[in-house]
Amino acid sequence: MEFSGLFVYWIIVALMMSGLYIVIAQNNLVKKIVGLNVFQVSVFLLYITMGKVTGGTAPILADNITVYSNPLPHVLILTAIVVGVATTSLGLALVVRIHEAYGTIEDDEILEQDDDA
Amino acid sequence: MIVFTLLGFMCATVVGIIRIRDLFSVVMLTGMFSLLGAAIYVVMDAVDVAFTEAAVGAGVSTVLMLGTLALTSREEKTTGSSRAVSGGLIALVTGVILIYGTLDMPSYGDPQSPIHNHVVPRYINQSPNEVGLPNVVTSVLASYRGYDTLGETFVIFTAAIGVIAIIGRGRRRRKKPEDQTEADT
Repeated sequence: MEFSGLFVYWIIVALMMSGLYIVIAQNNLVKKIVGLNVFQVSVFLLYITMGKVTGGTAPILADNITVYSNPLPHVLILTAIVVGVATTSLGLALVVRIHEAYGTIEDDEILEQDDDA
Repeated sequence: MIVFTLLGFMCATVVGIIRIRDLFSVVMLTGMFSLLGAAIYVVMDAVDVAFTEAAVGAGVSTVLMLGTLALTSREEKTTGSSRAVSGGLIALVTGVILIYGTLDMPSYGDPQSPIHNHVVPRYINQSPNEVGLPNVVTSVLASYRGYDTLGETFVIFTAAIGVIAIIGRGRRRRKKPEDQTEADT
């Protein structure tokens, strides 16, 4: 079995999982959102990687070109990037609101305050 | 080869994001991460995506995060994380499962892979006649899958309303009584 063609996917999976690790393990809420962003960009990379055709060019039609990369993942990811920014801004708004209510953006301190109350 | 170099840079950036405590640096590294992603998109022929990622992912997100830092705090507390081990384990197991899932994927750049032979040849061959634009991505985005794009604008609209509902009016109302008491005392 030929594995060299899959190596790109493996690096991207590693990037994805470091994003997941940041979301789970870091206590700071801003850093959690940064982790979500890392995860997101890695998923986008996975899709774009699948759309690449060897020897192809960008899918903009021209007379003397016959091989194009796949435009469909590009369209899906264009939509996903914008939706991703929308969710990021919503998450950051929640972080600002939590900071107003608790005076901290550290996960464990917030839980402590909740337990005390 | 250039793809692997850029992916290596991205891995180094992620290590920085995990280890650095100063949130300003972390946000800057996130912007770099997005920009490196945009560079990879250019190499992989996704120029439209690269534009969007560089403008929206690396630009707007970074500005939003910096705004959040200005309203909250810049420094992450250095108390060790209680979930480092379990988080690492979950990430490791999920990663192994995902890599197992890639094993029967078509290899990188393979023109015979199924996603290139389903609906895409029609988009590439027919879109000049059916839509009349040279850029296939635009044709698919605005015409063949126009309802997707409409739904996307609904999502952005909802998110904007959510942000306004969370920090827009609530904060002004909440600040007012405090301001008055401060002025009184």
